[in-house]
Amino acid sequence: MKFERKDILGIKELSVDEINLILETAESFLEISTRKIKKVPILRGKTIINLFYEASTRTRTSFEIAGKRLSADTINISASTSSVVKGETLIDTARNLEAMNPDVIVIRHSASGAPHLLARLVKQSIINAGDGAHEHPTQALLDMMTIKEHKGKIAGLNVAIIGDIEHSRVARSNIYGLSKMGANVVLAGPATMLPRDIEQMGVKVYNKIEDAIEGVDVIMMLRIQLERQKQCIFPSLREYSQHYCLNRNNIKLAKKDVIVMHPGPINRGVEISPDIADDPSCSVILDQVNKGVAVRMALLYLLTGGGE
Amino acid sequence: MKILLTGARIIDPAQNIDSRMDVFLEDGKIAKKGANLSKSLKSKDSEKTTKIIDLAGMILVPGLIDMHTHLREPGFEYKETIASGSAAAVAGGFTSIACMPNTNPINDNRSITEFIRRKAAEAALANVYPIGAISKGSAGSQLTEFWDLKEAGIIALSDDGKPVMDAALMRRAMEYAYSLGLPVISHCEDTNLSGAGLMNEGYYSTILGLSGIPGIAEEAMVARDILIAEFTNTCVHIAHVSTAGSVRLIREAKKRGLKVTAETAPHYFTLTDESLQSYDTNFKVNPPLRSEQDVAAIKEGLSDGTIDVIACDHAPHGRTDKEVEFEYAANGISGLETSLALSLKLIHDKILGWPELIAIMSVNPASILNLPKGTLETGADADITVIDPLLKWTVDVQAFRSRGKNSPFNGRQMQGKAIMTIIGGEIKYDGQ
Repeated sequence: MKFERKDILGIKELSVDEINLILETAESFLEISTRKIKKVPILRGKTIINLFYEASTRTRTSFEIAGKRLSADTINISASTSSVVKGETLIDTARNLEAMNPDVIVIRHSASGAPHLLARLVKQSIINAGDGAHEHPTQALLDMMTIKEHKGKIAGLNVAIIGDIEHSRVARSNIYGLSKMGANVVLAGPATMLPRDIEQMGVKVYNKIEDAIEGVDVIMMLRIQLERQKQCIFPSLREYSQHYCLNRNNIKLAKKDVIVMHPGPINRGVEISPDIADDPSCSVILDQVNKGVAVRMALLYLLTGGGE
Repeated sequence: MKILLTGARIIDPAQNIDSRMDVFLEDGKIAKKGANLSKSLKSKDSEKTTKIIDLAGMILVPGLIDMHTHLREPGFEYKETIASGSAAAVAGGFTSIACMPNTNPINDNRSITEFIRRKAAEAALANVYPIGAISKGSAGSQLTEFWDLKEAGIIALSDDGKPVMDAALMRRAMEYAYSLGLPVISHCEDTNLSGAGLMNEGYYSTILGLSGIPGIAEEAMVARDILIAEFTNTCVHIAHVSTAGSVRLIREAKKRGLKVTAETAPHYFTLTDESLQSYDTNFKVNPPLRSEQDVAAIKEGLSDGTIDVIACDHAPHGRTDKEVEFEYAANGISGLETSLALSLKLIHDKILGWPELIAIMSVNPASILNLPKGTLETGADADITVIDPLLKWTVDVQAFRSRGKNSPFNGRQMQGKAIMTIIGGEIKYDGQ
């Protein structure tokens, strides 16, 4: 199969075949990161710009490492150091970058749809590294890769996503991806964190974590952002953690071999208890990070014509 | 200048006229209507001094009125000027427009009102009626000098774009304005409920990850203003109705005999929030495009008379306001040049008949604003719109007279267009 896309903007528009191709390609790249010399010359001479308008450690580093392991030249631009502070528009920034002929632009932006604006304007490939509360496709791909490795499949699995769904791009991308791949997705969170008409995405919705995780194969916990408290979507971290924290007690409701995931960074003791987060028998959180590099290598490779 | 318009179908809802006849204009007024006026003209030897225009196949109606526009001057001349907005109006078939006060400075005092009227007179195209601000700086705390503004020429009051959140201030405004015979136009939006919202709250805001503006942000304020109108026995006009719930509240208020009137804009009966999936900022308006059920309710409200007026909420913007991330983009559609054709579709779709639609776009807004317009009565101002109902055309924003090229309808196929706009007996637009 040939990979025909110019951009990776979301999981919504990807087909099952495309997702499988990306995951298989990523699996073949996993080994490179275990070598003594972690570098192959596949993308030598290619330029990748990481354009980050929002703070990020994990995702930006992961993209940078992915590019470097494939021998591409990677450049990081963050909003604080760029012309954004001088008032340049996203479009002008993009056109200027385009004029320097990079091959791929990776963008993270707090405004939903910003990567789409860029993709319409510039001829380079755009990878969405997270836009607002819309999508975070590379996270969903690495999550699917992790699930597949631990469970041998995705189809037929029951997956619970718990927390602030409303503000989560990780949740949206995973709902699309996991549903496409045949998993059953259930959600749980306080009513104030469940966006309107979310059921229409084909998911079951609960208010209690216990109802959602009963008998599931995978639990995905989302990060609670403290600043959301100002929007009155939850009264206090104390109350939230008492009712929505994944702990030794409620995890017993899930399948015995359940795996626990988290896109990070985790709030220990808020949405996940430290002993669960650190328990190697169920927590695959660091494994997700590991897969992230492989998935991003695969996308850079496929978008720069590697599939030909 | 005398003009004889022959052969058109004349629709004048104010007089219950819908028939083929000639119309004779003299001294800026409608002088005579009747069959075969050209014959009597010959006998009176005035043929040389009269311009005869054959309008066979055309529909001739009272000059259309758009009671909700933003002309941006003073302050935002890069978006629109009173002259360019007036040119857009006449090209769209509108002879009279009312302009909202959210300019910079805000039209909250006599000098701004006078400036707008002077600029409109210099442009000498459409009749431009300024709307004054309810509160100083539209800041929502202190009433403007309604009396002084009225003497300067405003025809209504509104803090459009900056909803009046203080119910007590709204009550005082409605009482004071009513005693002066000035209608209050309410932009109904509870800004606590709309918050940082960017589009209609529903399935599409959820999948697009854009914060939602719930329908109740509008409906809660519609309900409030209806209650104030009832309690104080005054009137209120609800601007740009966009939800089924608002239609229901207004219908019920009218049934109880309250003095409540309402308008909607063409995009609220043409588009839904589904079209935002491309993140195209030309679809970003406030109130936002709503659901299919809301669109159906707006059409029903138009057809049963709940909604009195179509006004396009003409909101021209410069490229810099729209060519940005969706979140940062300005709200609004440059609507004057597409409003009529989008509204004519209601006739093709059998939602409204010709006389009903023409009333909604002429005599109804005239009566809400107390303007001596919207009719072809003998002796009335010769404000006339001539419509070619069959003309097929394609929207091209680059051909807009408006400086605002921000239209989600660019490229859309339309049927029906104003081909001539006559104001005070003078041809201000001739698209033939």
